Amino acid sequence: MPVEIDIAKVASLARIALSPEELRRYGDQLGAILEHAERVQQLPTAGIPPTSHPVPMTNAFRDDVVTGSLPLADVLAGAPEAEDGYFRVPPVLGDS
Amino acid sequence: MTDPADLTIKAAGAAMRAGELTSVDLTEAVLDRARITESHLHAFLTLDQDGAKAAAAAADAALTGGADAGPLHGIPIALKDNMCTKGIETTASSQILSGWIPPYNATVVDRLGAAGAVVVGKTNLDEFAMGSSTENSAYGTTRNPWDPETVPGGSSGGSAAAVAVGSALGAFGSDTGGSIRQPAALCGVVGMKPTYGLVSRYGLIAFASSLDQIGPFARSVEDAAVLLEAIAGFDIHDATSIRGDVPNIRGSLHDGVAGLKVGIVTELSTTGIDAEVRAAVDQTVDGLSNAGAEVVDVSLPSCEYGLSAYYLIAPAECSANLARFDGVRFGLRAEGATTEEMMAATRAEGFGPEVIRRILLGTYALSAGYYDAFYGQAQRVRTLIRREFAAAYEDVDVLVAPTSPTTAFPVGERAADPIAMYYSDVCTIPVNLTGDPAISVPVALDSKGLPIGFQVMAPALGEERLFQVAQTVEDIAGFTARAGLASSEVLQP
Amino acid sequence: MSDYEAVIGIETHVELMTRSKMFCGCPVAFGEAPNTTTCPVCLGLPGAMPVPNAEAIEGILKIGTALDCHVADTSYFHRKNYFYPDLPKNYQISQYDVPICHDGSISIDVDGAATRIGITRVHMEEDTGKSIHMGGGGRIHDAEYSLLDFNRSGVPLVEIVTEPDIRSAEQARVYGAELQRIVRTLGVSDARLEEGSMRFDANISVRPTGSEVLGTRAEIKNVNSLRSLQRAVAFEIARQIELIESGGTVVQETRHWNEESGTTTSMRSKEESEDYRYFQEPDLVPIEVSAEWRDAVVAALPELPAAQRARYQALGVDARVAGVLVATDELGALFEEAMAAGGDPRLIGNWLSGEAVAWSRAEGVEVGASPVTASHLVELAAMVADATLSASAAKQVLTGVLGGEGSPAEVAEARDLVQISDQGVIAAAVDEVLAAHPDAVDGIRGGDMKPIGFLVGQVMRATGGKADPKQVQQLIRDKTTG
Ligand SMILES: [Mg+2]
Ligand SMILES: [Zn+2]
Repeated sequence: MPVEIDIAKVASLARIALSPEELRRYGDQLGAILEHAERVQQLPTAGIPPTSHPVPMTNAFRDDVVTGSLPLADVLAGAPEAEDGYFRVPPVLGDS
Repeated sequence: MTDPADLTIKAAGAAMRAGELTSVDLTEAVLDRARITESHLHAFLTLDQDGAKAAAAAADAALTGGADAGPLHGIPIALKDNMCTKGIETTASSQILSGWIPPYNATVVDRLGAAGAVVVGKTNLDEFAMGSSTENSAYGTTRNPWDPETVPGGSSGGSAAAVAVGSALGAFGSDTGGSIRQPAALCGVVGMKPTYGLVSRYGLIAFASSLDQIGPFARSVEDAAVLLEAIAGFDIHDATSIRGDVPNIRGSLHDGVAGLKVGIVTELSTTGIDAEVRAAVDQTVDGLSNAGAEVVDVSLPSCEYGLSAYYLIAPAECSANLARFDGVRFGLRAEGATTEEMMAATRAEGFGPEVIRRILLGTYALSAGYYDAFYGQAQRVRTLIRREFAAAYEDVDVLVAPTSPTTAFPVGERAADPIAMYYSDVCTIPVNLTGDPAISVPVALDSKGLPIGFQVMAPALGEERLFQVAQTVEDIAGFTARAGLASSEVLQP
Repeated sequence: MSDYEAVIGIETHVELMTRSKMFCGCPVAFGEAPNTTTCPVCLGLPGAMPVPNAEAIEGILKIGTALDCHVADTSYFHRKNYFYPDLPKNYQISQYDVPICHDGSISIDVDGAATRIGITRVHMEEDTGKSIHMGGGGRIHDAEYSLLDFNRSGVPLVEIVTEPDIRSAEQARVYGAELQRIVRTLGVSDARLEEGSMRFDANISVRPTGSEVLGTRAEIKNVNSLRSLQRAVAFEIARQIELIESGGTVVQETRHWNEESGTTTSMRSKEESEDYRYFQEPDLVPIEVSAEWRDAVVAALPELPAAQRARYQALGVDARVAGVLVATDELGALFEEAMAAGGDPRLIGNWLSGEAVAWSRAEGVEVGASPVTASHLVELAAMVADATLSASAAKQVLTGVLGGEGSPAEVAEARDLVQISDQGVIAAAVDEVLAAHPDAVDGIRGGDMKPIGFLVGQVMRATGGKADPKQVQQLIRDKTTG
């Protein structure tokens, strides 16, 4: 059975502006894919730890050394819009 | 005389050191080949002809001056366009990165530079490496040089096609769920995914960080070993990179398989595998047996869940990795009255449908209330798969299976059916989940004249044994056919 | 008011003063031109990868162990996913279910009462960039556009979360001050609130006194001084009580502290809890802290403020004075140096926390910037001990030294404050006074001791305050009763 998804909420969390038609289409496709993906739930996994990283390692650190930064021209070279050394964006609504 | 574009890296290197060939001649031959074939294949997004010629000239001068950087000195190679190249446009085949010129090099790019390699260009891929046919590129589909009506596989289809047709002597791709091995199989070249962490991912535009690994394409197992040796080893810029010695891959390349135990993975070799592919795999296994290996069947039942686990884990990681493409600091920006609207519009416009599908899928799998049933469960299944492989390696030295369930399929055949497309990776995905190394070696042509790949897998950091078996596979298969020779139209200007 | 109890928890973010950022080799610097201390990693460019700064891990372990936390054997980095333009990757690398340090505590003193504040967790994360809102008077809602500077992006950030153990605005301020003192003592951060290297968010709710049920809480952000913390918490407690008393209900929301108006205002209500989709950061591997590593960090911890205060009190310094000395680096340093040179703890402690602070406030000059040295303080205390100066004269001398009039001896001399040491001179003055007040003398002789104080005062007056009053008193007793 295809999985029911609040696709509009998912698209909003993912910051992708989709039309109602696109939402419907992606919703259907995701439902079908998740129906397959749901197979993972058939395996008993009680007490099995998750694998986040395939080759177990710990404590990969770097020394506290300044190795330099990019020239400002390089930083801003790809910017869609810049002003006085800053990246410029449309007004930010919301908090902080 | 052989066109230099058809040489192996080993043969070209020998010719250069014998004074019979220069890097400039070799590079010209490769660029000529690209000029002829590109209109049919579209393997490249960027051909850096001037840069390549200058690098070749510098390589020749260095060699004349006695500065030999090793086996890749002066060798023209190609890079999948998801590796950052300073000063050369890097798009990951996405509209959202159209025109983006990285201000830095990926670690592998720097290492290849130090090894004297000549970069001829950046190859096409499925957008952000998401796909198995290179049809998901925002800049057009790459065709298979064996039959331009078929796909080259993917996502590293451009690199595979370039090496197959001779517009590079070697190439690099990235393999998240089979994106090197599967196109290598479909294009009749050697393709290898190293142990996770053996090659730095710094500067590789991430798709799924816990699965991605850069690896080589080549025309021979030995060439693949040379390419891997040039890029392998610890990198301080990648916290998941493995400290310690790089395996001595070429040392035991020709040691054969006598006394080794080879396991055929039942779950990856029977159901859903094309009969001709199965026959070629069986024949190769018989060859290994005749060469002195002990061959056994190995059952890894959790493998059947690998695809499902993969299609939760990879999208989840990609949903975060691709969040940075927001129109603020680089790349495409769409109009929006507020930053939030601008970001959402940019992402809708800049990402193709497969990328959007996976971002949405991953966002959902991680979201409150669904995490445990989907992402969390997939991670636990991943543990089960790792345990099964580890247990298998207690008994056998290497595991083998087909690389791809089928040979190259027609362009468009699976494009409308994501799930059918996802099944292309069913044989390759398990080792991405385990982090183990694997290689695809071409062993035969099917009745349509399309190549069949044979996959060898080894435990983590078992590259030495992996290549040793792969070399034997290459020797017993005696696969010498070359792409483009089978399909003459590709080589017509 | 007394019918309600406030329940307060504080989240503090502290930027660590490492040389390089948390995950890249850019410098941690302030006041640089925008976007000049950035690189592919802290700009979140495609392909860039984070590598944790070992010194930052060391720093958070110092903070965690100083707060008496448990250190997790193995902890993990997670990605906290949310879109915001000053967050380059649109996820923050942070810690989630297993922070590096957890379950600690801190003891604070308010008016002599010690309160234990539980520390829920201390975790490591990265700072964001900064947005500047242009047009519309710089206010976010009216801005025409925004500018982004990523110099601060990726600066190591430690988040310290308390249990809801704080009960008053005063406790909130004292907690903030104590935490600031601790991280400064550890040398891991300059913890400057005004520069944003230390920031508080306070979660506040109220409930009827005696109730065990937590009320709905509001979170106050943008508090950038200890005084503001106290004011903001006090305002919010009063607002919530007033709201409930007038029949309203507190809504769960984020509120903004307005420094000028002294009020909090609603920023947004948390109508649905944010979905951060935390998952383990696949670009980073777990942090494993061995018992040896943890023990080495603990062994290397400097003396913490609480221990320092206790040590001063053991020297005879009173609690309030010890608090002032420990709270102010320059006073503490002068005090320590003076103690090392054998100075009197009570006198010097009192002078530093009293006259020195008063002088500093009046003159607008830091004590550390005045010419006073520890050896001046020791010398001055010795002058009191050997009766060269009276206690009150010594305070005047100290003011002179602070003002640059010279060494204590020079100031005492110049201001003519040295006590008369010639016994003959004092005896003569006593005789003169006794002769002038025969009634008083008779009274004493008759057993009424009250006039002694009067007579001492007369002698002091006659000697211009330079006699040792103890000595004068003894002489008067000897001459009247002997
Ligand atoms: Mg935080
Ligand atoms: Zn940086």
